[in-house]
Amino acid sequence: MKKIAIVLFISIFFSVAANAGADGENSLSKNKPESVKDCFETVNRGIFAFNQFLDGVIFEPVARGYRYIPSPIRTGTGNAMGNLSNLVTVPNNLLQGDIKQAGVNTARFVINTTVGILGIFDPAAMLGFEKEEKEDYGQTLGSWGVGPGCYVVLPILGPSTVRDTVGTVATFVGGDPWYNVTARNDTHYFKESDYYGTRITGGIDFRAKNVDSLESIEKNSIDFYASIRSLYLQDRQQKILNSKKITDTMNDSDWEEIESK
Amino acid sequence: MISRNYLIRVLLILFISFSFTEKSLSADPSQFIQSIVDEASKALITNKTKEERMHELKSIAIKSVDIKGIGFYTLGSHRKNLSDAQKEEYNDLFRNYFLKSFASRLSDYTDPKINVISQEKLNEKYTIVSSVLVATEKTPEVKIQWRVYTKNPDRPLIRDLIIEGLSLARTQKEEFNSVIQSNDGDINALFLNLTNFINS
Repeated sequence: MKKIAIVLFISIFFSVAANAGADGENSLSKNKPESVKDCFETVNRGIFAFNQFLDGVIFEPVARGYRYIPSPIRTGTGNAMGNLSNLVTVPNNLLQGDIKQAGVNTARFVINTTVGILGIFDPAAMLGFEKEEKEDYGQTLGSWGVGPGCYVVLPILGPSTVRDTVGTVATFVGGDPWYNVTARNDTHYFKESDYYGTRITGGIDFRAKNVDSLESIEKNSIDFYASIRSLYLQDRQQKILNSKKITDTMNDSDWEEIESK
Repeated sequence: MISRNYLIRVLLILFISFSFTEKSLSADPSQFIQSIVDEASKALITNKTKEERMHELKSIAIKSVDIKGIGFYTLGSHRKNLSDAQKEEYNDLFRNYFLKSFASRLSDYTDPKINVISQEKLNEKYTIVSSVLVATEKTPEVKIQWRVYTKNPDRPLIRDLIIEGLSLARTQKEEFNSVIQSNDGDINALFLNLTNFINS
């Protein structure tokens, strides 16, 4: 039943993506994340409010409690979750043609899972295999030239685009080896709860790291929804470009005509 | 004789004051940013009330940030439709909004340590200064880049903060645009929101 719901979800968004792609504004436009249309803004704002409610009563209190756990334990937990994400990053490195990074991330996964005790420690970094940005199927689609489509807010999962939603779904239909060996197939070694346990832990770890910054943005926004949308789209743009150089992601012409003196 | 000594003293004071100003607001973008963050850190570590901290942070922002420039930037294409009176009203509102928001965001930090690492000159008008907010027990290391407006090389001004690649000015611009768009392009809706924020 759950899988049917997912497939339905994909079908709906594929059709939306096809429509969105026709307006000419959703081409790669790497320097213009603001050109991504918020086609379902009313619905999105409703889901956003629902997510905020859930966050206020569940996620944020849990994340705040999580921050009382000693720092080394939180660091180890974050490391272990990051290590698992290599299972999605490596195939995406390959799909993007980045063979070298796929090798580095594979080495990181093997070393940290074994010597680093299930990824809790990061001995791979000490051996010269430095941690790099995560990759996912949405980023891969973006790097292939697939436009973002409309901006959407997913229940619980939060901000996304049509393209990124398709990418997320790809992880559930065989794209995530960790999901495959825990929830998708009965391997007798893992349980379905192992997958959801790690996903929830990763979510809490992420939320705990961003408690203060999100609170500050909310407190100082006149439209919190629009701020989060902007930040999400900027972040995705940067990740798809795989660039640390901000001049690649910022449109300087926006500033050129501002003369306040 | 007295008047000559007095004159020398006045000149000396003026010279020292001038030197201090030049040093505290350096023309070199990296030094300029480092001096600003050091000053902000001092405002935040001392044993002051939140109001006093906010007052000091606002003073720092007034002398180091191009508030008017950021204000126009965040209006985007809407600024072209404003009358002179509306521009003036917007400048006042944005200034108060910015200072309150800026001071409020920073006043919750205690003893933040920001180290300037490098700078990249984009063109004659802009230099990007890269820095890191040092990790604490509760927060990870954060990369912060500063867009410094250097059109007047003797008086650099901050025009944007880019935190982990996310531009605050761009976020603000898209937020303001959203408010205007969702009110059928009525700029007064933005003015009302800004006024409410300032008075909250």
